[in-house]
Amino acid sequence: MIPELGHFSLILALSLAIAQAFFPLVGAQLNKTRWMAVAKPAAHGQFIFLSIAFAALTTSFINNDFSVLYVATNSNSLLPVQYRISAVWGAHEGSLLLWSLILGIWTLAVSLFSKHLPPAMVSRVLGVMGLISIGFLLFMLFTSNPFDRLLPAAIEGRDLNPLLQDFGLIIHPPMLYMGYVGFSVAFAFAIAALLGGQLDSAWARWSRPWTTMAWCFLTIGIALGSWWAYYELGWGGWWFWDPVENASFMPWLIGTALIHSLAVTEKRGSFKSWTVMLAILAFSLSLLGTFLVRSGVVTSVHAFATDPTRGVFILAFLGVVIGGSLLLYAFKAGNIKSAGRFSLFSRETLLLTNNIILVVVCATVLLGTLYPLVLDAMGAGKISVGMPYFNYMFTLFMLPLVFLMAIGPLTRWKRQSINDLLGKITIIFIISVLTGIASYFMLGTISWSVAGVIALFTWIIGSSLINLYKRVENKPNKITALTTIPLSFYGMFLAHIGVAVFMMGVTFTSHYSEEKDIRMKPGDSLDMAGYNFQFEGATEVNGPNYRAQQGSIVISQNNRKITTLKPQKRLYLVQRSPMTEAAIDASLSRDLFIAMGEPLGNGEWSIRIQYKPLIRWIWLGTIIMAIGGLLSISDKRYRYKRKRLAS
Amino acid sequence: MNPKRKRRLMMIILILIGVGSATALTLTAFNQNMMFFYSPSQVAAGEAPKNRPFRVGGMVKENSLSRDNDGITVRFIVHDNAKEVTIRYTGILPDLFREGQGIVAHGKLGENGVFIANEVLAKHDENYMPPEVAAAMKPKGIDKK
Repeated sequence: MIPELGHFSLILALSLAIAQAFFPLVGAQLNKTRWMAVAKPAAHGQFIFLSIAFAALTTSFINNDFSVLYVATNSNSLLPVQYRISAVWGAHEGSLLLWSLILGIWTLAVSLFSKHLPPAMVSRVLGVMGLISIGFLLFMLFTSNPFDRLLPAAIEGRDLNPLLQDFGLIIHPPMLYMGYVGFSVAFAFAIAALLGGQLDSAWARWSRPWTTMAWCFLTIGIALGSWWAYYELGWGGWWFWDPVENASFMPWLIGTALIHSLAVTEKRGSFKSWTVMLAILAFSLSLLGTFLVRSGVVTSVHAFATDPTRGVFILAFLGVVIGGSLLLYAFKAGNIKSAGRFSLFSRETLLLTNNIILVVVCATVLLGTLYPLVLDAMGAGKISVGMPYFNYMFTLFMLPLVFLMAIGPLTRWKRQSINDLLGKITIIFIISVLTGIASYFMLGTISWSVAGVIALFTWIIGSSLINLYKRVENKPNKITALTTIPLSFYGMFLAHIGVAVFMMGVTFTSHYSEEKDIRMKPGDSLDMAGYNFQFEGATEVNGPNYRAQQGSIVISQNNRKITTLKPQKRLYLVQRSPMTEAAIDASLSRDLFIAMGEPLGNGEWSIRIQYKPLIRWIWLGTIIMAIGGLLSISDKRYRYKRKRLAS
Repeated sequence: MNPKRKRRLMMIILILIGVGSATALTLTAFNQNMMFFYSPSQVAAGEAPKNRPFRVGGMVKENSLSRDNDGITVRFIVHDNAKEVTIRYTGILPDLFREGQGIVAHGKLGENGVFIANEVLAKHDENYMPPEVAAAMKPKGIDKK
């Protein structure tokens, strides 16, 4: 009964999505107020029915209803209840439902927080989001219905993939999807503006907080994925340039470019058509990501679907969305007039450079991700593109970007005098270089490239602080003046510092990690990176749905015991699949990471021991970036605008 | 040329130089890091490159896994029902590595025809066969499970 209720709700949601797309879009074109008025109620109704469907599937999971095929395939009565809930989005059908629900949430949010927008604009935005929703609901109902019954019902479920039985999976997909789907708002705003021919700085101001919000979610979502891979399947790696990771990273790169170009469009009225293009690209790449991940063209832990009709459907949907929006762009973009003029050296130029670099990096990632697929599809051989390509390209382009990132906020719009800028930054430049040189000689073991990164770190932090100081320099009371600076400035300040922190984490982890795979018998010990690791043997322990061999490793430093780590080698009983559960001693300065390899007989084990300096900075940096994004959304200019327009 | 045009031209030239050099760098790096996949038969026929990394994959032959004295270095044989390649790998094998299952290894061909792997992949599912391995097995009569 409950699954049927869910299925029926999905169909109702689809009908409402059709209403939400058709009436407002046509109404806005024909200027029919009553047609446009359908948008909000339809959006609310759609959200309600999607929630019911989602709740229905969750209930089936909690109740272990193995007469539902999807539940029987992805759950088990022994599965702890929190994983039964997260198993809802643990595979293809349910993750699509989550996608749709999240689209419903964003649509609801737009309909609630858009009272200050012109009705035609709101109708078009909601209409476009309705169109997207139609695509996904059709896809779900026709190729991937999570409520399909299994008759006769299974007695026991096949269990959730052990890799996914983890806290990381509970939150990683919803966060990532909030980001992916969030770009649909920016996309809908762009399409609405193209349709209405209303591309002004007001448009950019409306679209900006939504874009930043989506970007924050995506940042956190990607970081969570990386963190999960690190402790759950990566044997200590945090990023693999796997096609699936790239699929989430490309929209992030374009989204980052979009945030910056929206700033120019809002403040200066320039870059208009470019901004629209980026909004279209960001969402297209989100869809491409969904396609890559879900269609089974790339094989990974995320690729559930091997059903070719699904791939064809997503590809067709992708073609319609990207092709349609680019066509619209081609017809309408000619009418867009960018206003602001700017000279060769100005903040606009630096932001343009930022955009070009980010787009180029995205293109290199896209090449490395898609080229092997294209070549394979043409039967021209199976290749893969190694990590060195991505690492090299990324570093090559990102270092100049990070260097300019420090200067950008200090330059003026329209025209910047070079002497004036030099006056602001010469001192901090010299300090940075000296810091780099000093760290090279004082820290002893570091290379020039690491010293360079330390200098760059100082450069970003220093110039950010200078920028902050310049803001209050002429104020009588500098401390109270700090509170009058708009939050969006602090947002940018933090986001840039987040990048610097991230960069330090990446550099130190990749240069100074130590790793050893070693054979150990109980009592054996290893000295590495100033720590002593003593293996005390392994014992058997039992979990709710697995059996494990649990090793015990005592870590000490200077003969003082720090901690005992207990990594496990698990065997999940239903799927008979082995799993390595690493044990990590985490701190801000370093992680100690231990994973059990294989038993070698006589109580001996092969064990992987890793020392990872500053690895936490990688995720800390992304959290700082996201907090920066949140701060800039909280800027009051996005709030009082509403009141002013309402009055 | 009026100043506005001149400014715009400068801008375009700068962008072209930037994007052009970026493209050149990308393609060079791309070429150097492309890794082709070869089946054991192709390796046996000498088609695989001698001094550049590539990928090889197939089924791990039953009872072929042996361990050196350090307990960490392993050797095993990978086959595609026609030819075999011996693979040497130092490190911990992935969880799903099993004899009789499909794997893909990244590495270089050593002096004596032994493939020195720096990475061994056995993917996430018991029934999973890496697509390259499935394709390599296909012409020899065994299809993907």
